[in-house]
Amino acid sequence: MRPTLCLLEDPLAERIVSEARDVLATLGVEVHHDGVLNLLADHGADVDRAARRARLPAALVDRALAAVPHAFRLFDAAGEPTHDFSGWNVHFTPGSAAIRLLDGATGALRAPVTADYVRYARLVAGLPHYAAQSTAFIPADVPAAISDSYRLFLSLLHGEKPVITGAFTAEAFAVMHDLLLAARGSDAALRERPLALFTCCPTSPLQWSEATVSNLVDCARAGIPVEVVAVPFSGFLAPVTLVGTLVQHAAENLSGVVIAQLAAPGTSLLWGCSAAIFDIRTETAPLGAVETMMLACGANEVGRRLGMPTQAYIALSDAKALDAQAGLETGAGAVLAALSGINSVSGPGMLDLENAQSLEKLVVDHEACGMALRLVAGIEPRDDFPARPLLEELLREKHLLIAAHTRRHLAGQIRFPGPVIDRAPEARWQEEGALTLGARATREVERIVAAWQPSRLGDDAKRALLRRMEAAARAAGLDALPVRVEA
Amino acid sequence: MDLLTRIANEVRAGEPDAVRALAAEALAAGVAPAEVLRGGLIAGMTVVGDAFRLREIFLPDVLLAARAMQSGLEVLRPQLAAGGVPTAGRVVLGTVRGDLHDIGKNLVGILLGGAGFDVIDLGVDVPPERFVDSAVEHGAAVIGISALLTTTMVGMREVVALVRERGLADRIKVIVGGAPLTEAFAREIGADGYAYDAASAVGRVKQLVGAA
Ligand code: B12
Repeated sequence: MRPTLCLLEDPLAERIVSEARDVLATLGVEVHHDGVLNLLADHGADVDRAARRARLPAALVDRALAAVPHAFRLFDAAGEPTHDFSGWNVHFTPGSAAIRLLDGATGALRAPVTADYVRYARLVAGLPHYAAQSTAFIPADVPAAISDSYRLFLSLLHGEKPVITGAFTAEAFAVMHDLLLAARGSDAALRERPLALFTCCPTSPLQWSEATVSNLVDCARAGIPVEVVAVPFSGFLAPVTLVGTLVQHAAENLSGVVIAQLAAPGTSLLWGCSAAIFDIRTETAPLGAVETMMLACGANEVGRRLGMPTQAYIALSDAKALDAQAGLETGAGAVLAALSGINSVSGPGMLDLENAQSLEKLVVDHEACGMALRLVAGIEPRDDFPARPLLEELLREKHLLIAAHTRRHLAGQIRFPGPVIDRAPEARWQEEGALTLGARATREVERIVAAWQPSRLGDDAKRALLRRMEAAARAAGLDALPVRVEA
Repeated sequence: MDLLTRIANEVRAGEPDAVRALAAEALAAGVAPAEVLRGGLIAGMTVVGDAFRLREIFLPDVLLAARAMQSGLEVLRPQLAAGGVPTAGRVVLGTVRGDLHDIGKNLVGILLGGAGFDVIDLGVDVPPERFVDSAVEHGAAVIGISALLTTTMVGMREVVALVRERGLADRIKVIVGGAPLTEAFAREIGADGYAYDAASAVGRVKQLVGAA
């Protein structure tokens, strides 16, 4: 049995959806994009142009839900499938777009640069529980105008895994799309085997900004999958009750589903969630709060009910260091996300309210992801019945260390974590240097980065990537990129 | 307890009806409107502001108190001298060009309003010229700029440069904020102030108004 978490009883989930539909039909959404308002009006939405508001009738929502795929896949740079977004499958992805990096050597939160990003990309390549890379932080040594496309460029150059990313402006999409085309080789190949997934966020309450809705429509038309991620804050920009927040979240997400399906029917979408509570004491929206995690899991249930694969920001922490708070919030989130069956879990590595990433934490969180994945593999009988013969063997041999049954099932039953998890007897731990978690993680980062092998992406594709990035950099006033292409 | 203290207490407790009634009672008893304002409403808000700075109370408490104070002001307004309700100063506020994040900026605006500032909110994605033009037009002493993206925060520099270019630097002070910023960044771009949250923003703006 796959263990599961259920927070919403059927009638409640159903009511959340029906209330969200009612909100869309009556209050509608404010859309700051004339083209999208026209598109909505052409397909039966009731559009008030002066107020930029579109009311979405039930029939329009139904058509969108009928058109949206129930499952889809992502593929790596070599064209191999990496993600199957369907059912209860869980895939972990490093949290994205951090502003600061926790410096492993000094413990300071500082602005990251290209060299950090390259190390990050190589690290993620060596951590198998991360099915995707994300454009995890923003190198500060290139002009701001290209910093969103530049991190995609670095990821495509150094890693093979598909990239969870996003644009910061409407204009940046074109450059990023170009980079993906360069890596995949052709528009048809990119559509057939998506190499990236973009994040597009409505603005709470019930609004789409010009930049993010442009990204949504551009992705849909380019055949690039999108996670639609509403970000309502309970008790501030959404009702304080978790149910009320889930209704608003569902309405905001559904409006994105409608827009994407009108722009290009059949566009692959994840039902994303970054709803959070608002902590009035610190004026922040904590991701490590249990209620925030409950919103992620609740929204996941709503998405599944609508027949859509899902995403959430969970398995991350608000701590500022790689400390016990970081571990407990990330670990709890990873376990809940896996039990809930969130198809794409964005979070690992992140600290400080989504503002910081950490290479050392990525290594530690990788273990939390491994634990969570083991948990949901569940307890299943494996040549266990009848029990007597094996126990007879044990009584006879005095142990089962080398029994055939043990050798057959050891790997599937018991997960051995990497060296950051300490299980040694104290004396051995002392003998090996009494290393703290931080020291073990630093060592592991070095080891994995050093073991990196160049991506199998073809040299032509790498050169094409470089040419396109250099052109974008020159347009932004930068003569030379702070990066070389490795053969 | 005298009437003014009771008014201050009800402001602190965030009770608009009680504040309105007590303010009317004070005026009827012959207390000067300016005295009701100073010794009642502002005294109450000052206590609230201090408690907020000390993190003894939180944002919603301040908003409730500000609303209670407003209800008292409505009673006083017709009787206050021609100058009307004195403001703590005028602030032009907005999110930097290219950036759509406004939650933090709105909180700063709400708290500045609660502290008696006259806030002109220009919204999001505000070009540098608009910040400066609006500040000049409204005679604002302070421009407050918010940025949440590493890609947009650099645009704050242009606002500071424009204020200087137009020779307004002694009249108009620029304060910046937002999660990706630091005090060091603010200094580097030549801003006059920085605050990491809304509560400290109010204190910084007060200093800047004093300096402008
Ligand atoms: C909510 C949110 C959104 C909402 C914004 C809704 C809104 N109306 O503002 C939505 C979902 C729309 C959104 C969109 C996007 N976002 Co956003 N967002 C956030 C999030 C989670 C919280 C911000 C927030 O509101 N915090 C709560 C408020 C109260 O805090 P605050 O803003 O820091 O403000 C306080 C202080 O900073 C200070 N302050 C703020 N302003 C000022 C001004 C002055 C003068 C002073 C003195 C003080 C001051 O006082 C405030 C109160 O205490 C942050 C992560 C984070 N934790 O910051 C990401 C974050 C900022 N977003 C991010 C991104 C990438 C985006 C998008 C590009 C995503 C996308 N592809 O769609 C778009 C941006 C489009 C654009 N061009 O702007 C990144 C930025 C990455 C980077 N390196 O720059 C972040 C860091 C998240 C992440 N790691 O991915 N986002």
